[in-house]
Amino acid sequence: MLSTLQSPRSLSRFPSRYTLCTLTAQSPTSTSPPPPPPHSQILSIRHSLLSRRLSAAQLAESYLTRLRLTEPHLKSFLHVSEDAVLQQAHRLDQMIASSEELGPLAGVLVAVKDNICTADMPSTGGSRVLEGYLPPFDATAVRKIKDLGGIVVGKTNLDEFGMGSTTEASAFQVTANPWDISRVPGGSSGGSAAAVSARQCVVSLGSDTGGSVRLPASFCGVVGLKPTYGRVSRYGLMAYASSLDVIGCFGSSVADTGILLHAISGHDRLDATSSNREVPDFASRFDSVDLLESKPLKGLRVGLIRETLDDGVDNGVISVIRGAASHLEELGCSVTEISLPSFSLGLPAYYILASSESSSNLSRYDGVRYGNQVAADELNSLYGDSRAKGFGPEVKRRILTGTYALSAGYYDAYYKRAQQVRTMIRKSFKAALDENDILISPAAPSAAYKIGEKKDDPLAMYAGDIMTVNVNLAGLPALVLPCGFVEGGAAGLPVGLQMIGAGFDEENLLKVGHIFEQTLENCRFVPPLIEHDDTP
Amino acid sequence: MSSMMASTFLRSIQNHPLMLYPAALFIRKKVVLYCTMKSTESQTATQEKQNPRIKVPPRTQTITTTNNVSKDYEAVIGIETHVQLNTLTKAFCSCPYNYGSPPNTSVCPICMGLPGALPVLNSKVIEYAVKVGLALNCKLSLNSKFDRKQYFYPDLPKGYQISQFDVPIATGGYLDLDLPMEFGGGHWKFGITRVHMEEDAGKLLHSESGSYSQVDLNRAGVPLLEIVSEPDMRTGIEAAEYAAELQRLVRYLGVSNGNMQEGSLRCDVNVSIRPIGQSQFGTKVEIKNLNSFSSVSRAIDFEISRQVQLHSQEKGDQIIQETRLWEEGAQKTVTMRKKEGLADYRYFPEPDLPGVILTKEYVDAIRDSLPEAPEMKRRRYEKMGLSMQDVLFLANDINVAQFFDATIAKGADVKLATNWIMGDIAAYMKNEKLTINEIKLVPRELAELIASIKGGTISGKIGKEILFELLAKGGTVKGLIKEKDLVQIVDPVEIEKMVEKVLAENPQQLEQYRGGKTKLQGYFAGQVMKVSKGKANPGLLNKILLEKLNAKS
Ligand SMILES: [Zn+2]
Repeated sequence: MLSTLQSPRSLSRFPSRYTLCTLTAQSPTSTSPPPPPPHSQILSIRHSLLSRRLSAAQLAESYLTRLRLTEPHLKSFLHVSEDAVLQQAHRLDQMIASSEELGPLAGVLVAVKDNICTADMPSTGGSRVLEGYLPPFDATAVRKIKDLGGIVVGKTNLDEFGMGSTTEASAFQVTANPWDISRVPGGSSGGSAAAVSARQCVVSLGSDTGGSVRLPASFCGVVGLKPTYGRVSRYGLMAYASSLDVIGCFGSSVADTGILLHAISGHDRLDATSSNREVPDFASRFDSVDLLESKPLKGLRVGLIRETLDDGVDNGVISVIRGAASHLEELGCSVTEISLPSFSLGLPAYYILASSESSSNLSRYDGVRYGNQVAADELNSLYGDSRAKGFGPEVKRRILTGTYALSAGYYDAYYKRAQQVRTMIRKSFKAALDENDILISPAAPSAAYKIGEKKDDPLAMYAGDIMTVNVNLAGLPALVLPCGFVEGGAAGLPVGLQMIGAGFDEENLLKVGHIFEQTLENCRFVPPLIEHDDTP
Repeated sequence: MSSMMASTFLRSIQNHPLMLYPAALFIRKKVVLYCTMKSTESQTATQEKQNPRIKVPPRTQTITTTNNVSKDYEAVIGIETHVQLNTLTKAFCSCPYNYGSPPNTSVCPICMGLPGALPVLNSKVIEYAVKVGLALNCKLSLNSKFDRKQYFYPDLPKGYQISQFDVPIATGGYLDLDLPMEFGGGHWKFGITRVHMEEDAGKLLHSESGSYSQVDLNRAGVPLLEIVSEPDMRTGIEAAEYAAELQRLVRYLGVSNGNMQEGSLRCDVNVSIRPIGQSQFGTKVEIKNLNSFSSVSRAIDFEISRQVQLHSQEKGDQIIQETRLWEEGAQKTVTMRKKEGLADYRYFPEPDLPGVILTKEYVDAIRDSLPEAPEMKRRRYEKMGLSMQDVLFLANDINVAQFFDATIAKGADVKLATNWIMGDIAAYMKNEKLTINEIKLVPRELAELIASIKGGTISGKIGKEILFELLAKGGTVKGLIKEKDLVQIVDPVEIEKMVEKVLAENPQQLEQYRGGKTKLQGYFAGQVMKVSKGKANPGLLNKILLEKLNAKS
């Protein structure tokens, strides 16, 4: 349990300039025995419950205690349902007492990004326009989690409707990074990433339109997975850019992330774009680290995307990623640098397409049926005032951009052209993935930066999405997992490695990610905020 | 899912004071919104045809309206028709749609446009669109898609309408029709530009005080086909007949009830005029609020007169591109809104729905299962030797046509069956306000009745009596003849006895007859028929009567 909550500043694990956690690297300052690789919290919870070592109520209480202690610093949540969590935990204990069968997520506390609808909790999308809005239905992903015994602990903070890369564009609060509370957690799923990082919950759901799961995973030192477009139903996810949006997963280990993905994947008749593809049991393919041979990834072809290590990317990040590439080589992979010439076109194409779709998707927030309405004398004022008051500046900027791009006379120059670029990008990724099993890159050009640093410079913030947007344009799956640190904060700042796979090949990504994670020695990705805490 | 939707919807009502049943409110001072109030009177194309208000000669002559100057002008008319499809559920969700349900009782997160809800296409919509496209002789797009048409209006929950923009499901067809004789007759072909699928919007309900409006979303998401004609029509009557033929077609295909009063079939017409001989079109004016075929015809003719008058007074520049409303009470069109440039709907492909891909096999299967279209039926009836008037009457209503076809299939004489249906049966339906499906008479018995008269089993007079019995109560011709002992008396001996009886009972009249008042023959015939209870074969009766009357003179 969390014994003492110290101010992060007083914590003293300070790394050397940057630390590569590889099979051979030494942990720079630690005198204690090397930390073990991350283990699956989901599996250990299950074990605790089945062996009756801990009750569901005890487990829930331990997370809630930590949540209460850390939340004032982090502000990851917009809503927490403590009573409901404890009620469900008690019900679960009754089931255990009567030896009823438990779902695979029984007792697992799941945090849900607030742009994903939950029937029993407010869902605002981080926007004033939906303040207090209570949806009449659960998103399909949430329903599946509940059906499997998972307990939704609360709703996490985000950039308004997912539009942002720092979570500063939330209408309600700014979330802090658990590694350094003066820094942003990344965005837009910053609340979900911070909550997992600080162990306020076991796993969490985010959404990823241009990197909104992967960027905060990298900034917060957790595992983040953006599934293939169509793998997870979007029903109940407030649409930002429908052709790019996916619901994604956060976990503190690859195993947990895979288990969560398995729980929420599959065709949904309520989402015409969800895929009929079969969903493999990703986690069942995970080998225990003890059973691994010396070159467990022998023969795996890995392409390191050259354009992602160009100018504009922090040297520290480049070093850590190169270190990760060496680690993959040591595991038996053949790593080659490859080039995706269309890579730099992704960012402008993404911002045109995402803004265009968002300008349309956000039309429904008109104050007529739900959400906040500003009373007016005539119709146009009703719309104008309700939307002017309801939306924040970043959302307005994207609505205006998108409206412009779709206007008569501009459509061909912007929207249509961006679609052509999208096709090009899709083809170049297809070609690269024919030659390679996975592609790797940083998840972000830098580690977490200071709160407020890019707030007034939207273009600088947009540029931070360069590593991730192409993957959404191509509809591919990508896994981000911690691979090292750069200098910063009290304990260094985590850097995430992005692994991009072929469409619907999450299974391979998770398998590779798991081996990478389990063999990465001397790196324990627990933020200083809760360092002295032992997770159950 | 529907029950889940119902209960979850209730929750959203409780949680949102603005979602007050029956409808959400928004506040408004000026009455600027256009609201369609449906009239309650019902009318069909047939009835209108029987009471034409305006007669217009066929297109070969110049149009004559109230204004003489109009000889120099010709009108160009195109129609956009919205046909509501009668699928069991809406286009993109599983809500049913029933016209007249209490406001917001047939809604769900999807058709209300709640955050996170997504559309999933009802495959019946495609099937119906393909049926209509084929029946309109169109070319089908095997690869089409949906697009978003974006504009703000309170009856449009998502802020965009899911529609089809640059690739409609069907293009380039035509509609055949036969103009009724009273309008000059003739066979016409009007071009169809395109047919596309889209969703309907909800309805606004305005308070009596005008201080607020409410939104009813029952109709939101109901599937529509928009059928756009070529600008091929020249008169109000042609336009009304085009619309009536479309209604007939969708009813024949079973894809819509085509009811104009309920808004299941809505026509917006575009009217422009130009000097005869000019190929360039004039400024086009759109007319809305046409709730019947006669209002289509009258609104167009009014609009033509108005435009011709402006032209002839050298005020042609006062004809501006605008939307005008037909006022049924005042019988005129009035300005609804001026078009300030072209509306920019910012169409783009709907990312929530995959493309609409039709296979040749799918299209062929639908083509093979298409019922006989009204045009084919009319041509077939014409070949059977029926007059155009009869053909139009029978083919007007699919149910009448099916009744007729079934009667013929039972071997009935074509002309006799036509006469019965158009005569006594139609009159009965009109008096009793019944449709042909509601009368108790079935085609098999009509065929039997016709055969019984033709074969001499019963007289025409008895036939008529039996008909009304069958219409009102049902039963079989054979049963009724037997039950009421109505078999015609064809035995000359029996008839002779009755004749003798009548002559014996009327000595005075017999004397007068034989004294030269031969028209008394009718009187005697009536008496004998009375004695026979109407069953005597009239031919035989007259023959024997004449013999007896003239026997001793
Ligand atoms: Zn619905």
